[in-house]
Amino acid sequence: MQTTLKQEDQIMVFRKMFDFPFMGWQNNLASMERMARQMDLLTSTMFGRPQMRFFPSKVFPAVNITEDNDRYYVRAEFPGIRAEEIRLEVVGRNLSIFGERKIQSEGENIRYHRREREAGRFSRVIGLPGDVNSDSVDAKLVNGILTIAVGKSEVAKPKQISVM
Amino acid sequence: MVESRELQVKEKQEVATPGEQTRPGLVFTPEVDIFETDQEITVLADMPGVAADGMNIGLQNGVLTLSGDVKPWEGQDETDVLVEFEIGKYYRQLPLSDDIDQSKIEAKLEDGVLRLTLPKAQKAVPRQITVTAG
Repeated sequence: MQTTLKQEDQIMVFRKMFDFPFMGWQNNLASMERMARQMDLLTSTMFGRPQMRFFPSKVFPAVNITEDNDRYYVRAEFPGIRAEEIRLEVVGRNLSIFGERKIQSEGENIRYHRREREAGRFSRVIGLPGDVNSDSVDAKLVNGILTIAVGKSEVAKPKQISVM
Repeated sequence: MVESRELQVKEKQEVATPGEQTRPGLVFTPEVDIFETDQEITVLADMPGVAADGMNIGLQNGVLTLSGDVKPWEGQDETDVLVEFEIGKYYRQLPLSDDIDQSKIEAKLEDGVLRLTLPKAQKAVPRQITVTAG
């Protein structure tokens, strides 16, 4: 004997039919996501940085952050800036970089052909991904690259756990 | 505050790109300031990460070639958390209008900025010519 659909089931069937275009839309999203993953794969093969996409910064300076077991390393390009023109502060997880790049006047009787290098102030706050030990922060400026090594707090360090 | 900048006229010549890269990796155009006095041309180029031994400067047929190699500065066991700028070598070719006295070129690399002083050859130095009323 054929069972008749209850009213609720009928509504469900109706909804499924009605939502059909919406299901197609969801599939489109899925294919977008797949495409994004493929793009990731492509960029990672191009730049040799697996699983790491390149995020351009809107605020000067652009920084690269890396980590090892004990420290975070924050690096930025500071060509032509002297160490005393950069100020660093660590508050909680936030690392602040302030300063000003000055370009000295080269004298009165000069004629410029190109002038692309820019002077100006900068300030940026960078949120580090884990807790840090603000007592162990080292910064050095070599060949125009600033490297700030920030010690991780004990909580943020990875622990080796041996299986008994 | 940004320093007041003088009005600048861009040279129309396009910066030549390196034709065939023999080594893999990214190549960037360094930002440069070029200015001249009657006696010399000075080139300032921002090349962060380039050490003196990685710097190559050539001058041939009136074209100045700057090329700076960057050694990777990250430690072996560091993993990336955030990448906002890429690391690569620098390359730029600049045509120079005047004759340069090649024997007196001076180059200094300080804090990632190259300062190149190119003295003009004697014939390119402008001379004052006085006109005497006859």
